[in-house]
Amino acid sequence: MAGELNVEVVAADRKVWSGVATLVVAKTTEGEIGIMAGHEPVLGLLATGVVTVRTTDGETVRAAVDRGFLSVSENHVAVLAEVAQLADEIDTASVESELAAAGDDQAAGRWAQARLQVAGAK
Amino acid sequence: MGAQLRELRRRIRSTESMKKITKAQELIAASRIIKAQQRADAAKPYSQALVRALEAAAARSNLDHHLLEGTGTPVRSAMLVVTSDRGFAGAYSAGVIRQAEALTGLLHEQGQEVRPYVVGKKGVNWYRFRNREMYGEYVDFSGNPSYTDARRIADDLLEAINTPADEGGVDEIHVVSTHFKNMVSQEVRARRLFPIVVEDVPEPVHHVEAGAPAGADDASAAGGPTPTSPAEDETLPLYEFEPSAEEVLDALLPQYAGNLVYTTLLDAAASEWAARRRAMKSATDNAGEMQETLTRESNQARQAEITQEISEIVGGANALAAAGSE
Repeated sequence: MAGELNVEVVAADRKVWSGVATLVVAKTTEGEIGIMAGHEPVLGLLATGVVTVRTTDGETVRAAVDRGFLSVSENHVAVLAEVAQLADEIDTASVESELAAAGDDQAAGRWAQARLQVAGAK
Repeated sequence: MGAQLRELRRRIRSTESMKKITKAQELIAASRIIKAQQRADAAKPYSQALVRALEAAAARSNLDHHLLEGTGTPVRSAMLVVTSDRGFAGAYSAGVIRQAEALTGLLHEQGQEVRPYVVGKKGVNWYRFRNREMYGEYVDFSGNPSYTDARRIADDLLEAINTPADEGGVDEIHVVSTHFKNMVSQEVRARRLFPIVVEDVPEPVHHVEAGAPAGADDASAAGGPTPTSPAEDETLPLYEFEPSAEEVLDALLPQYAGNLVYTTLLDAAASEWAARRRAMKSATDNAGEMQETLTRESNQARQAEITQEISEIVGGANALAAAGSE
């Protein structure tokens, strides 16, 4: 089925990315979820991690999200997160120092790791 | 040059430089209003999607969340007061503080204790000068708030409301801030943020865009889809929740609180710059007027000096002539 999804990745203070895609892969608190056209409506909480969007042009867009959720309805996918960053917005060096400084702070560590993962997969 | 004339000229020069400063401030403020409005527009897609998700989750869970429904008689309230960090903005902060005082009085009448959380140096100083206790002070961002600032405030407020009242928590959260209606008119508003009435959920968020002609649409100019904004009577799709409607709601409400505080701060920031622009404009106008008056006075003084000199010369010549003819 060559359906299309309208995808928006939105952070609290800006729209990070929007476009047309064939597949969205995200990680909810329950596990990985893959969404293609015609998916049933879902509202899921996202774990801090990576959201991957395969666009109709065959490109792959990756974004690191923190404290977010995912809403799917009628082939419209909205990824909302308090913070979201695309691969080319991430400054690897500063994130690495953040990761080192995070120490026992698990939330900060996970967020740093998610961003490194996004930047590394570029 | 006479002393009076010299003094007047000096005052004209200083008025001139004051006028230049206020004019510059006015221009800066005007550009900052636009910036603040753009940021409010950028925050809109998130607010809208969040409200939709919240509606969906609230419709499916059993709604006994303490942020949605009050707990009988409230005994204590948190009050977020949004003022500015800097002056030169006319009655901006004073208006907010006056409204906050009115709200405090009202809540006291209802037998509630009020805990102020204050944004902006002007408000903080006002409370400190009167030796009133503040439960939160947030300064150094009022003209240009970031989401992190809003998150910090929202976390403090949520912590207070999540604590039971008999353990020192609060039952209600109120906010007093300035709403940006348009360039010339801003309005101080006191609202209750929590507990929210579910049916009214869209209201407090949509107030930011009231009057703005569908500005969110231009954001999708890059060939992207325009998010279908829910029509009034549209029924929500039957969502599948992960992990469950209750847990989604639990996670969404704090995000919603953060978003509410953020939009409130942006709204207040735009208002602050608008108030500052207006104050600076009238200061510039007043300086211009003063300059005119002073120029007139100095012309008069110069003329008086010349007249006096002429009469002295004539008087002297007459005296000499009288002395020579004797």
